[in-house]
Amino acid sequence: MKRILLMGNPNVGKSVVFSRLTGADVIVSNYPGTTVEFTKGAMVLDGQRAEVIDVPGTYTLDPTIRAEQVAADMLPEGDVVIDVVDATNLERNLNLTLQLLQSGKPVVVALNMWDEAGHKGINIDVERLEGLLGVPVVPTVAISGRGISNLVSRLDEAQANTYPHEDDDRWSQVGEIVEQVQRVTQRHHTFLERLADFSLQPETGIPLAVVVGLVAFALIRFIGEGLIGYLFDPLFEKLWAPLVMRLSELLGPGGFWHELLVGKLVAGEIEFVESLGLLTTGLYVPLAMVLPYVFAFYLVLSLLEDIGYLPRLGVLVDTIMHHLGLHGLTIIPMLLGLGCNIPGALSTRILETRRQRFIAATLMAICVPCMAQIAMVVGLLGEFGAIGLVPVFGTLALLWVVLALIFKAVLPGEAPEIFIEIPPYRIPALRATGQKVWLRTRQFITDAVPYVLLGVLVVNIMYVLGIIQFLGHVLAPVITNILGLPPEAVAALLIGFLRKDVAVGMLAPLGLSLKQLIIACVVLTAYFPCAATFAVLLREFGIKDMAKAAAIMVTVALCIGGLLNLLL
Amino acid sequence: MIISAAEMREGQTGLVINLSGGHGMVRRMQAMGVRPGVPVVKLTSQPFRGPVSLQVGATQVAVGFGIARRIMVEVAG
Repeated sequence: MKRILLMGNPNVGKSVVFSRLTGADVIVSNYPGTTVEFTKGAMVLDGQRAEVIDVPGTYTLDPTIRAEQVAADMLPEGDVVIDVVDATNLERNLNLTLQLLQSGKPVVVALNMWDEAGHKGINIDVERLEGLLGVPVVPTVAISGRGISNLVSRLDEAQANTYPHEDDDRWSQVGEIVEQVQRVTQRHHTFLERLADFSLQPETGIPLAVVVGLVAFALIRFIGEGLIGYLFDPLFEKLWAPLVMRLSELLGPGGFWHELLVGKLVAGEIEFVESLGLLTTGLYVPLAMVLPYVFAFYLVLSLLEDIGYLPRLGVLVDTIMHHLGLHGLTIIPMLLGLGCNIPGALSTRILETRRQRFIAATLMAICVPCMAQIAMVVGLLGEFGAIGLVPVFGTLALLWVVLALIFKAVLPGEAPEIFIEIPPYRIPALRATGQKVWLRTRQFITDAVPYVLLGVLVVNIMYVLGIIQFLGHVLAPVITNILGLPPEAVAALLIGFLRKDVAVGMLAPLGLSLKQLIIACVVLTAYFPCAATFAVLLREFGIKDMAKAAAIMVTVALCIGGLLNLLL
Repeated sequence: MIISAAEMREGQTGLVINLSGGHGMVRRMQAMGVRPGVPVVKLTSQPFRGPVSLQVGATQVAVGFGIARRIMVEVAG
């Protein structure tokens, strides 16, 4: 099978071309390093199946960081290379193009972002460039699909080694080519360019960051609450509850199937949060409590990503982060982790050193609750207002800072300095951003909902078998004496390994005091990541480092829980 | 006059003369387009020796203060 490699500088749209060629769903964003590992897909070429590989972006084939190493290692595996070039930044991109040609692989050049080049007054003589390079050069606008079919039809014209040159001479060769093919018309700064300057200038950028944060928070809350209040709650209360009630009458209360499907009735009624049946809590928690916030969060995050705001935020917070022994870009795994810890853990790969990645992943796993958990905490403590919510999230934030300082002091090594390309601001393509939000939301539905149902099932089985009662008895000294929680809370802590949102929900029927709820919510966030996140972390860091991280997590959770128990 | 990119004023243009530092760092800067003979414009600098952002050709890069100090540029008077 023919193997086609998509290669190019970071953030030139390789993943968009990939998704156009293969029809596969991939997450694309406007910052370098979104693709950290190669993604495989398939397309049909001349009636035959061909494999397409989306290779992480690189500035050079002489690798300087891990993602670039992946790219350099991939190259010998390919039969044809589609070199995706950013038409708005021809010079720097051609440097890699000449290296690719020199590698001896047949190359086709996709001159991507062709429309944006036009807007920026950049005029490229495509025929002349094709003549000079000796390989097909196809203008494309991958985000809208323009030029892609032309690119595919010219794949068989790919040529190898058509531009012999010396390594040391490459930049001047590139300069000569650019001189011959590119004309730039001077023009005024666009609004987006001025906004870009504005958001990186500390005097204006820092206030802007605060405003962006507040607006993002307000939007997520507004959309999440709106969806729950006007859509999901009415659906569950008015339509679903009567149906389940009928089933309850049919099964008769008290039996095994009634317990499993409907759960416990509270005062003869279904309580969606407390009943703990598969058809009640099992559906209500993921769909009506968590999904609206997950959707709202990803909508806002995806917009910020596609505009190109995140790397700027990384630069603005870099100085503070270095005081904490971290790198400015650590902000990206933390923000992604707020959605779901799994993509958060994966995105630690944008950090250069293993030490940095370990610290970022551990901090995230301990202190950053995912949106599913946040939604449940808000659902549980929201009625208390700030007195309930501030202690939970404030403690986690403070813990994040303290832990970062401890890591800085204890782990040998330093945070490397920031070194990142700042992408231009782009107006998000509605279709592409919408697709990304849908992709992430769908991932939640297909990946999370089954786990939630499994969680509810496991709880029921463990109650029936008496496991929870037994463990509650055994662990009572820790749970009661250190954390000040009732022995039954052990059930929530057990389920927390599987799904944190269900675990938080399980606190609801226990009749806990505000203090106990706060402690339980903080401990549930910190003590261990959910099973899915743990699996990803284990793959990323290996068993030795994860054992270390796990020990840190449990210790920290017990300390902070015990401390809160003493202080509150 | 030869100064480092960290010392440039905002908006000032300079011609890169020399890059120093680790081999990997120098290669990486070159791959991004920051190399001797190329003009750079200083865009912003964050307070308390924070990152410095530079325009190089069509590329904007942000580098830590320590890296910026190792990018030597020739500026007018």
